[in-house]
Amino acid sequence: MSDEKFEPRIVGFLCNWCSYRAADLAGTARISYAPNVRIIRVMCSGRVDPTFVLKALSLGADGVLIAGCHPGECHYIEQNYKAMRRFSMLRHTLRAMGVEDERVELVWASAAEGQQLAEAIDKIVEQIRSLGPLNWSDNWQENGARLQALADIVKEHNEALEVPA
Amino acid sequence: MKRISIDPITRLEGHGKIDIFLDESGNVANAYLQIPELRGFEKFCQGRPAEEMPNLTERICGVCPEAHHMAATKALDNVFHVDPPPTAKKLREMFYSIFFATDHTTHFYALGGPDFVVGPTAPPAERNLIGVVNKVGMDIAGKVLKMRRDGHSLIKMIGGRAVHPNWGLPGGVSRGITREQRDEVEKLGRDAIEFAKFSLQLFDDVVLANPEYVNLIKSDAYTQQTYNMGTVDENNHVNFYDGKIRVVGPDGAEKFKYDAQDYREYVAERVEPWSYLKFPYLKQVGWKGFADGVDSGVYRATPLSRLNAADGMATPLAQAEYERFFDTLGGKPVQPTLATHWARLLELLYAPENWVRLATDPEIVGETYRVLPTETPTEGVGCVEAPRGTLTHHYWTDERGIVTNVNLIVGTTNNNAPICMSVKKAAKGLIKNGEVTEGLLNMVEMAFRAYDPCFGCATHSLPGQMPLEVRLRDPDGNVVQRLSQYID
Amino acid sequence: MSTTTDPKETDASAAKTKGKLAIYWAASCGGCEISILGIHEKILDVANAFDIVLFPCATDGKVRDVEKMADGEIDVCLFNGGIRTSEQEYMAQLLRRKSKVLIAFGSCASEGCIPGLANLHDRQEIFDCAYQETVSTENPAHVRPRHETTVPEGTLQLPVFYDTLRTLDQTVDVDFYLPGCPPESARIWEAIEALLTGNVPPKGSVIGATTTVCDFCDRTRTEKKIREFKRTWEIIPDPDICLLEQGIICCGIATRAGCGCLCPQVNSPCIGCYGPNGDAEDYGARLMSALASVIDSDDPDEIAEIIRKGIPDPAGTFYRFSLPGSLMRRAKKPVGANGNGH
Repeated sequence: MSDEKFEPRIVGFLCNWCSYRAADLAGTARISYAPNVRIIRVMCSGRVDPTFVLKALSLGADGVLIAGCHPGECHYIEQNYKAMRRFSMLRHTLRAMGVEDERVELVWASAAEGQQLAEAIDKIVEQIRSLGPLNWSDNWQENGARLQALADIVKEHNEALEVPA
Repeated sequence: MKRISIDPITRLEGHGKIDIFLDESGNVANAYLQIPELRGFEKFCQGRPAEEMPNLTERICGVCPEAHHMAATKALDNVFHVDPPPTAKKLREMFYSIFFATDHTTHFYALGGPDFVVGPTAPPAERNLIGVVNKVGMDIAGKVLKMRRDGHSLIKMIGGRAVHPNWGLPGGVSRGITREQRDEVEKLGRDAIEFAKFSLQLFDDVVLANPEYVNLIKSDAYTQQTYNMGTVDENNHVNFYDGKIRVVGPDGAEKFKYDAQDYREYVAERVEPWSYLKFPYLKQVGWKGFADGVDSGVYRATPLSRLNAADGMATPLAQAEYERFFDTLGGKPVQPTLATHWARLLELLYAPENWVRLATDPEIVGETYRVLPTETPTEGVGCVEAPRGTLTHHYWTDERGIVTNVNLIVGTTNNNAPICMSVKKAAKGLIKNGEVTEGLLNMVEMAFRAYDPCFGCATHSLPGQMPLEVRLRDPDGNVVQRLSQYID
Repeated sequence: MSTTTDPKETDASAAKTKGKLAIYWAASCGGCEISILGIHEKILDVANAFDIVLFPCATDGKVRDVEKMADGEIDVCLFNGGIRTSEQEYMAQLLRRKSKVLIAFGSCASEGCIPGLANLHDRQEIFDCAYQETVSTENPAHVRPRHETTVPEGTLQLPVFYDTLRTLDQTVDVDFYLPGCPPESARIWEAIEALLTGNVPPKGSVIGATTTVCDFCDRTRTEKKIREFKRTWEIIPDPDICLLEQGIICCGIATRAGCGCLCPQVNSPCIGCYGPNGDAEDYGARLMSALASVIDSDDPDEIAEIIRKGIPDPAGTFYRFSLPGSLMRRAKKPVGANGNGH
């Protein structure tokens, strides 16, 4: 057994006007936080399509973080409410698919909240670390019987008697 | 032993293969009809909202989706403890008769019929609908095409789509019909009655007038002596939509008559390791193997069975044909399997007579086509006659109406054991001394085609392999040997 | 397939110019076949243009015949059904090799369709249900169908059933997709005509519309502000107003057009059988977004409750036809007691 600690790979969608600036702030203020979130800047949390989250999870991410402006403070007025509703719908569905709630989180962080965003990231990283890797594509494996079965079909066809027309 | 493989079996719905084993003298030692397909509806319908069941279960079969749609809808009435208004019941039964007529037409002209119209050992390239069209000419082909077109257009008009309607709900249907639509239904229904009469005449001219075919029908190679099951109304007349289930013995006498919801006391299913399809049998008679006779629980549920299980037909032209049928074939019960093709055409006559009867009922255009359920859903059984046999849907739900458990006994599934027996008997009767031709193999296939099987329906279920591992440990607890199967 | 009764009279050069057509079914229901027959008399035009070399529903071609063909000998193969078993995978590979053009025909082959809901489970769960737990099954010996069974006369084989149902394009390379459960007969004929005239879109395309079902719906639409989703048995909907506006979950907004908006015409909601529009990778994501945007609330707890109550089965609602073809493809596999899958 390896002693290596599991390092979650998390994809983060951060909105340009608030949460991405918060991450910037955390950087310039030299606030230290877990490096596990790969940040992707979107113009608004309302841009985040459930497809992005599903794609990240299916391609190997252990979790996804979506971060936007606080309700009422969205640069585009109301789109973070759309993100909220979509997130709620997505979480309801992911639960039914067997993905733990804690793997996909939606947080709000204003541009001044570098410390808070760093803490939120640390929290989600530890959450997902304790859940373990998702390795979603492992669910798609078939066992070795498959290749043998395909070969057996060829054998079965070859062994049958030829019948004249 | 040498093994002949018919792969796949053709001109039916669903997948199957027949393996015929020849002994040293070239005679048939045994024949097995294996069903290699399965999908798992009984499991994956769990967790679905019950009202989706008509739309989900109809995807068990695209040839008879209306049968599942209807059985599911009736089950929902019972799950939700709601009684549909008369207009809804009449609409459903009328719709169902339209479907029955269309499906039976498809089977006779495209699936099973070509063997008789073109010839059982005709070149394979001709043994199909196109070959029938070429043989009988465009005049007659035009009638067949019109019947199918009419039937599907009415199904689409009433139920939404020609394949996979979206119409049934607990307490009724999603929409009624207008007066103009009703007129169309009646008009096409009268055309369909004429078409059915024509088809019966064709059967007379092509099949019953041909001594070779008559011998084939009456031959022992194509006859089984089983119980027969069908649904009958309060007058013991054949009814596709509703009634009690009646089982008659190989001697024709009534053995059981029960309400659909009590099916479990009468029917059980067993499993064989060489087929994905289960084998229903009469529970109270017991499973005695793939055998004929009064002591064997094997039973058939086919158009032929329905005629045997009933005392007559509810409509006049069909009743006259019913009497002619039994007079010609020597009284009840009629057990030769190939007679099922005639029985099917007889039902093809009853169906539009019934549909016109309902279309001319004033309540058919009533405005109340649905009532809303008010009680908490629990459990319910819905049963109809599918064209291929008695179809039973049984659901349990939680208090929100989410399905927790499902049991389905599907039309063709009823006939799994008899089909296997018919295939084996035909193979033994036809293949002797190692003389096998492609045409003879088609004649073996004719033994199942008469049942109009729907193996997609039959194998709603899904099996697998039981992984098993045994570990032997030494006194220190170390594993010294592992024996396993189906574990990688 | 000959169009005259005497094969000898067939014009030899005409026989050479006739293409070869295969129509095969994997884990499907036969509805695609019936929809093909729904082109009615045009089936004769198809028979004129093609020799139908494999079409188990309606003709007597056998697998043997296809195995003996040269690679690419079949011009067009319409393949419906998902890949559920080793036999179906074998047939997908065989027909891919033998066909110039392979079309994923219908929802099952394109995205998995209803049988794809089995991907919420695995083989063992489904097998225990069908062969043991169902109330009418009497199986005290725990018999299960097996890949190989020895009988007195020899050995019988059954295909291996996979844990996960796959789409055709997850199995082999696919040239075109024809969506729908089933594709409507009129669309089928249009696709056949396109193939015959060479008027096809780029390889890998869907042969179909580029708009949603809503575009073909005659109901009036105003604003959608849903505070409660309704189950179809809870109300009798107004026949003229948008179903979604009445709280019924109608999938038309996320679903590709092509059917003519048939279900809403009989007062039933669209259930999404034509799959996603455009090049959406995940149907469920589209529908989730669409339904989320009509919820009339800004309070997270209230939103969650509207969703919980109104969509009791999210996996089935969002991925009814599209689970295998979705990004996640299946639910998490159940874990056995030994920590491995079943």
